[in-house]
Amino acid sequence: MTKCLILSMEEWAEKKNKKKIVVEKINLKIGEFTCVEPISLINTFNAAVLGSWLDSSEITIETIPFEGKCSKCSRLYFPKKENGYKSPCCNFNLEEIISGRELKIASIDFKEK
Amino acid sequence: MHLPISDKIELNILHQNSHQAEKNKVKFNNYNLLCLNIMSSPGAGKTRLLEITLEDLSKKFHSAVLEGDMTTNLDAARLEKLNIPVVPITTGRACHLDANMVSGGLKLLEKKINPDLLDILLVENVGNLVCPAEFEIGEHFKVALLSITEGEDKPLKYPIMFREADLILITKVDLLPHLNFDINELKSNIASTNPKADVIEISSITKSGFDLWQNWISKMILKFKNN
Repeated sequence: MTKCLILSMEEWAEKKNKKKIVVEKINLKIGEFTCVEPISLINTFNAAVLGSWLDSSEITIETIPFEGKCSKCSRLYFPKKENGYKSPCCNFNLEEIISGRELKIASIDFKEK
Repeated sequence: MHLPISDKIELNILHQNSHQAEKNKVKFNNYNLLCLNIMSSPGAGKTRLLEITLEDLSKKFHSAVLEGDMTTNLDAARLEKLNIPVVPITTGRACHLDANMVSGGLKLLEKKINPDLLDILLVENVGNLVCPAEFEIGEHFKVALLSITEGEDKPLKYPIMFREADLILITKVDLLPHLNFDINELKSNIASTNPKADVIEISSITKSGFDLWQNWISKMILKFKNN
């Protein structure tokens, strides 16, 4: 995942002049229902970019809640594994996921040198 | 130094992989080749499943395998004995196959056989219940295996793998009489995370369930070819 993030940053920087910018913050939106542990992503990113053009950049992560929709009564709810992800209103299995699968670079804060 | 600028890009971190996966899928479609991504934890029985499956499947359909493995070609060597085209993909330190690796594997496969002659490509992913679930490879369907020795709770502990799967094979069911294992609880946990998945109980020892699994594959190949 860290590699994918760095490749995405490289791709973004190709459209700018990498040598003429300093990336200050990479603002991510990470859903709760993904395979990403935010602190691990930050640590591995910091280790991976040491000495590179992204060395001074900081990662911020906005966690997007895991939210489902009850397929019986359409009520929104926060699925919990303790409850088998079932809807608390009707005890229905998780069918529709409204949010929580996000793995996004929301924005990049940078300065021109 | 100028004032800071905020570039709101809203870009999926995995977009490069998704883009390559889409290109792989276009290739598979052009070859009229159904691709299954076979995933599980290490030791759930993926390679043995493929060995048994391909013995019969190869009589009806032209098959090939991309075999993902972190450090060895041991699994690929087992499948090569079936006289079908097998391409090993050694991922090194990566704990999953990604779309680029599969694209590379497909290029090697093209050197072995004209994929136009194939009906189905089985991709055995690296044994891992976490990362493979997030990385599309261009497959048409995801198949997840879960052996009963892993415990009933795994669909709840690794929900994304089981949520993403189109078919879940419960393997090693011949061990049921010897274990304190509640298969109904497992099925309930699967239904909690993915009510839409097909589920088949299977044993590589007694061969129970293989008829259902082979029928599922045959149905998917024919449906794919008729679309």
